[in-house]
Amino acid sequence: MQYYLAKNYLDEKKVEWNSMRDGAGRGIAELGECKKNMVVLGADTIESSRAKEFADKFPERFVQVGVAEQNLIGVAAGLAYEGMVPYVVTFAAFLVGRPWEPIRSTVAYPENHVVLVSSHAGLATGPDGPTHQMTEDITLMRCLPGFTVLCPADAEQARRAVKAAYDIKGPVYIRNAREATPVFTTEQTPFEVGKAQVLRQGKDMTVIGHGYMVYWLLQIAEDLKNKISLEVVNLHTVKPLDEKTILVSAKKTGRVFTAEDHNVVGGMGSAVAEFLSQNHPVPMKLHGVYDVFAESGSVKDLWKKYKLDKEGTKKALLEFLADKT
Amino acid sequence: MRRVSIAKLEQKANEIRQDLIETLVEAGSGHSAGPLGMADIFTALYFCVLKHDPKRPRWPERDRLILSNGHIVPVRYVAMAHAGYFPKKELKTFRKIHSNLEGHPSFKKIPALETSSGPLGEGLSQACGFALALRMQGRPFSPYVWCLTSDGEHDEGMTWEAAMLAAKYRLSNLTVVVDRNNIQIDGYTEDIMPLEPLREKYEAFGWRVLEMNGHDMEEIISTLEESKAIQEAPVCIIANTIPGKGVKFMEHRYEWHGVPPGKGPEDVVPRAEQVQEALRELRALGEKIEAVDHD
Repeated sequence: MQYYLAKNYLDEKKVEWNSMRDGAGRGIAELGECKKNMVVLGADTIESSRAKEFADKFPERFVQVGVAEQNLIGVAAGLAYEGMVPYVVTFAAFLVGRPWEPIRSTVAYPENHVVLVSSHAGLATGPDGPTHQMTEDITLMRCLPGFTVLCPADAEQARRAVKAAYDIKGPVYIRNAREATPVFTTEQTPFEVGKAQVLRQGKDMTVIGHGYMVYWLLQIAEDLKNKISLEVVNLHTVKPLDEKTILVSAKKTGRVFTAEDHNVVGGMGSAVAEFLSQNHPVPMKLHGVYDVFAESGSVKDLWKKYKLDKEGTKKALLEFLADKT
Repeated sequence: MRRVSIAKLEQKANEIRQDLIETLVEAGSGHSAGPLGMADIFTALYFCVLKHDPKRPRWPERDRLILSNGHIVPVRYVAMAHAGYFPKKELKTFRKIHSNLEGHPSFKKIPALETSSGPLGEGLSQACGFALALRMQGRPFSPYVWCLTSDGEHDEGMTWEAAMLAAKYRLSNLTVVVDRNNIQIDGYTEDIMPLEPLREKYEAFGWRVLEMNGHDMEEIISTLEESKAIQEAPVCIIANTIPGKGVKFMEHRYEWHGVPPGKGPEDVVPRAEQVQEALRELRALGEKIEAVDHD
């Protein structure tokens, strides 16, 4: 598979940096041009969650619900029942944390085509602190039957994910971070919901990530290429899980390392472990936020302290590699 | 003519109450008080006010009836069976395995229910979504959106979030009916969490408020029709109802909120006799209505 990644993408100084929320916002506005039954709902965060471009362009199809996230979900469900395609856009903690039960009852259970688009997922939220750094959203959404859970790797993939969600015809959650991160995919990079991307072939260990973590994994694979051959998988769709790609890779390498800016309890790593432990058990290491609430701080400082930057992730990977038990 | 048709509707409501009792008894669980109290309003809706066609449950022009307090769905099932949505014999499957008649409404099983519901306080938000969608689709007057709610579920903040939104967007194609029966599971509403002054609360939120006796068929129909004519704001109808209406030993008693006849409090009628006593009372009431009708 040819992925057409950006030129010199491994060079942090040459690659473009942009946020997934920006990419998602752009995708939403672009989609609004051609999909006339698309509606966007905001909850008093439309500037920072990037719903504003759509709201300015299509005010007749924008609903400002105010700071009321339960109602936000209920109104979206009603719009979907009546044949509109609502995109609900706000911070991850308040989009899926606050109104989880209304999502379960009014969106998931009746299989409504509602697209939940978050910003501010993970520690990459930064100085707002733990109340706003949502690290449990994948857990909450992937346990709901019928939900599709998308975790794009960069701004361009977020734009594509938002557009792909229009054709899913069921409930969708799209996870986006606030911070600018490297944009290594391009308009030519294929994006297929449910199809994991093996961005780099390897034979000694499978390393699986989502979000900006995929970029670190690609860099780490390059850094360690003389020591170990890493197979890098971008698992942008956490649900439905691309079991085939994971199984083929795990059988080839015999060892799996997962990394994500999310609690290790119930996240993407758990999803992979649930599958492999029942089908092809291999030694695994789940790297991520180790079941703690973090703190305020710059994103760079948080990444460093909580080992979610390239160096921290590399260290966890090498420890796993050294562990022969 | 009108008087005759009102009597016929009253008779229909009484038949629905009797089938409701039998449906609950067959299921062995379910709610009694709320469904009995709403039997007259459901009868008025399905047999007089609603624009609908049981043979075409997804007819695009149908009025949208959103039931927020899903636990009273047995009375809706019975009314729908009487209206011809499905055979009455299907009522015997209520709450049983493989049935379409879930304990709380399932849209996937019966699309004519418009929504799945049960978790309280969520219906009005969804009704707002329906009303907004119809307006965006260039149909701001018809179909009309009806949302039925309980008084108890007004404890839920989400209901008031939706009340603010409906007023903000002036959803004049929406009427919410509040079943003001004054009970909820743990007791009387004013003891559990006082709602009064309910009328003034809705008015303060920017709604037009009407009140009606939820057991006076003529008043129910005229109030529902009046609400459709109000264009400047969404309308709230406070329907004063008697929980357990039609069965004296259940009336006004919160203990009958969540249990079927045969499993309720025994201080008035022993459990073994509750079913027969309820049906006896309803049949006697039916005969009375018929006698008046033939006066």
